Amino acid sequence: MTMPTTASGHRGLQLEQGLIFEQDTPGMTAVDLPQAPKVNERLGGLKNTQPIGLPGLSEPDVVRHYTRLSQKNYSIDSGFYPLGSCTMKHNPRLNEKMARLPGFADIHPFQPVSTVQGALELIDTCATWLKELTGMAAVAMSPAAGAHGELCGLMCIRSAHEASGQGHRKTVLVPESAHGTNPATAALCGYAVEAIPANAEGRVDIAALKAHLRPEIAAVMITNPNTCGLFERDCIEIAKLIHDAGAYFYMDGANFNAIVGRLRIADLGVDAMHINLHKTFSTPHGGGGPGAGPTVLSAKLAPFAPVPMVVRAGERYDAEERAGYGAAKQSYGRMKGYQGQFGVFVRAVAYMMAMGIDGLKQASGDAVLNANYLLARLSAELTPAFEGPCMHEAVFDDRFLKGTGVTTLDIAKALIDEGYHPPTMYFPLVVHGALLLEPTETESKATLDQFIDSLLHLARKAKSGTAEAAFKAAPQLAPRRRLDETKAARKPILRWLPKSGDNGSANREAAE
Amino acid sequence: MRYLPLSETNRRDMLGAIGAASVDELFRDLPKAALAQARFNLPDTASEMEVERALGVMAAKNLNCGAAPAFLGAGNYRHHTPAAMDYIIQRGEFLTAYTPYQPEISQGTLQAIFEFQTQVALITGMEVANASMYDGATACAEAVAMAARVTKRNAALVSGGVHPHYRDVTATTMKFLDVAVDCLAPDPTGIEDLIGRVTSEHACVVVQTPGFFGHLKDHSALAEACHKAGALLVVCVTEPVALGLITPPGRIGADIVVGEGQSLAGPMSFGGPGVGLFATRERFLRQMPGRLCGETTDEDGRRGWVLTLSTREQHIRREKATSNICTNSGLIALAFTTHMTLLGEAGFTRLAQLNHAMAVTLAEKIEKLPGVRVLPSAFFNEFAAMLPKPAAGVVEALAKRGILGGVPASRFYPTYPELANLLLLTATETNTAADIETLVGALKEVLS
Repeated sequence: MTMPTTASGHRGLQLEQGLIFEQDTPGMTAVDLPQAPKVNERLGGLKNTQPIGLPGLSEPDVVRHYTRLSQKNYSIDSGFYPLGSCTMKHNPRLNEKMARLPGFADIHPFQPVSTVQGALELIDTCATWLKELTGMAAVAMSPAAGAHGELCGLMCIRSAHEASGQGHRKTVLVPESAHGTNPATAALCGYAVEAIPANAEGRVDIAALKAHLRPEIAAVMITNPNTCGLFERDCIEIAKLIHDAGAYFYMDGANFNAIVGRLRIADLGVDAMHINLHKTFSTPHGGGGPGAGPTVLSAKLAPFAPVPMVVRAGERYDAEERAGYGAAKQSYGRMKGYQGQFGVFVRAVAYMMAMGIDGLKQASGDAVLNANYLLARLSAELTPAFEGPCMHEAVFDDRFLKGTGVTTLDIAKALIDEGYHPPTMYFPLVVHGALLLEPTETESKATLDQFIDSLLHLARKAKSGTAEAAFKAAPQLAPRRRLDETKAARKPILRWLPKSGDNGSANREAAE
Repeated sequence: MRYLPLSETNRRDMLGAIGAASVDELFRDLPKAALAQARFNLPDTASEMEVERALGVMAAKNLNCGAAPAFLGAGNYRHHTPAAMDYIIQRGEFLTAYTPYQPEISQGTLQAIFEFQTQVALITGMEVANASMYDGATACAEAVAMAARVTKRNAALVSGGVHPHYRDVTATTMKFLDVAVDCLAPDPTGIEDLIGRVTSEHACVVVQTPGFFGHLKDHSALAEACHKAGALLVVCVTEPVALGLITPPGRIGADIVVGEGQSLAGPMSFGGPGVGLFATRERFLRQMPGRLCGETTDEDGRRGWVLTLSTREQHIRREKATSNICTNSGLIALAFTTHMTLLGEAGFTRLAQLNHAMAVTLAEKIEKLPGVRVLPSAFFNEFAAMLPKPAAGVVEALAKRGILGGVPASRFYPTYPELANLLLLTATETNTAADIETLVGALKEVLS
């Protein structure tokens, strides 16, 4: 198929849009502000005398700019987004409406505590839900995202070890299948990292774990359900082994949405786990955040939790904002400004209340049902990496593509032309050419059936042995075809620069 | 439940296709003991109206800043939010997209990040900026960690004029990396000597502009001293609107500029979520944390954008990554860039002038009150004022009169008696002349 060319560069509803810097009308602004009253400036000689270089646009042009940009994005609102491990579920607009109530949005973190009792109650409500759902003793609310929550858990663990004379424990065990954040977090907490292999079933190899457990091990980080979409069915035994070795059990809660409302992780022997509110509790991903990663803690780790902490005395709420005082006597410190991701808490609480415990249990059930439906039906042409049942996500390897010349990447790009966001590719690392699909509970059977038809069609087409070139050319119908990532990395252009007067590196500003 | 589209018939049909008798059977790998123990003391599903009612009651217990003259700052600022900005960030294509891992269908987010990176580089006067961090405080900690990597040194000097939360987050984070962080005593009068303290052991010196107590200081001599000692200068900016009026940190010799973008990115929302700004020199690019968006071309030669230099990041480098950050603050960065685009050069500088003028107006009236002294001689839209009484009590008394009259320094530094009477006051374009009169009148009463 050849695309017709147009004089404008637009293609029907696919509208090309230049950078804001290329639309500059000097002096133009889209914001009306009153004239500043005349005053004697007190800037101490630091007044800027040079132009900044920001472009001027009118309000209609700004709205059109971002509207056109938005139309180049795939999103949950527009289609099926089975990006494994990311839990791209429906984001209810009620959450947005609640977060914008002036009593939540227009409040300052350092107002007198007496004027923000409702805000502290909201944080306490979110904390109560998370503790009830996990059975854990405490929750640190301030971590800003999943990786930040991991760091919170490991900081608690290191603090607890140091407080009990176990500071020599300097290594953390992480399965090979873990998210990259796990080893990166352990390193950021000052730990060495050792990988433990998976067994052929895609689960932690208990014998290997036993062999690695020794007196210098501080903690074991295990994602459960794991990144292969499987529940670590021996986790109670694993917890016992870890504890017998004097180490702590950190459970990565990225996949908590698969088990929420069914069991309490405290009953598995977990010491700490972060919860991605932007996954399990439906707060929007926003093109890469903000999220929130509250971290639930066992009674042993709770005293070391970071500040701030909301405390309740009778009917009155207060916040302990400083480590070393009151409820935060043994706290390891602070890891985030202010009161954490408050606006994300509001959205999560709106979702929790709407779902209720019965709805949450139904949600994990439907998420697992949808994933198993994909696993069952796609196995007609694709090669599942592990035997089912799976939990909330299904993983396939690339054996079905063997000898076709078509790769996992090609399948993903062809799915874009079919109108779908591709699954996660080449992760987990322990599965060759992995395709990791997470449908979530908010997709209908009709949507799944249409997607399955597309993917089965592509698998058959690949196997036909005649379509390699067509796959390599995909996507052809998206706003852009494959982009040259090597070029982007070899000579990075990370900002716009005016064309005239730039005769050096594309990125080097004439710094004074 | 309205968020769940499967019908009972669907579920039955799907179980049939799977070959399972029930949904519970799919959960057979979960330990039976744990399943049997599970009890949840939580309510069942609620309608949209019920949720609105319950949360509406909670929200109404707070005194919102639109309902009271408010003069609060200390790192979190109330500015007017253009209606177009909130509309744009609520477009589903932005709101409900993930990190742009598939660039062919994520050009909207990617181009917005590229424009954001350019705007942040321009206002800070730096060469490159990343796609965002969680917030200003965590960005500050990341800057110190980066300076330690760049210089291969393990000590940092942090000014007493840096926001206490930034100091705490940095000290906490670095403690676990065995980097010694020397946080100098709070410096309300702006007289500390950093130049005399920086040594060849230091990876960096961290300052804030405008300072936590409001001071605007020329840090160029400090930058020189740092560079002579082989250390980097990290400059924090908690109020980026100031960059519409003051000399950008890049031009006075900063090596890393970090900041909080909240003040230009929408509501205060009790302090979060914000957006961490992170900018540096091009030569330090490979040590930079966080995502970066770069320009390239597609197979048809058309310009496009991708996430790039990801060999620094956790999903590729694992324990050798420059940071563990994954989810950052994309949507708030979008709000920031949208607002900056709406403002443009003319609007941004005018907004800054208006803020400064309102703060000067406030300072001129405050310093006429008996026993009150404005400490900084140069400031932007916030300044510390020494009162004749403990500031915490004054703030409570003002709150009883329906005025949110600043932030007492003792909230952060309760163990420094010399700071007990210190009040941080901020004025922005959202304060009217009448608000200022109300505050000054009430202060007169409370202080007498």
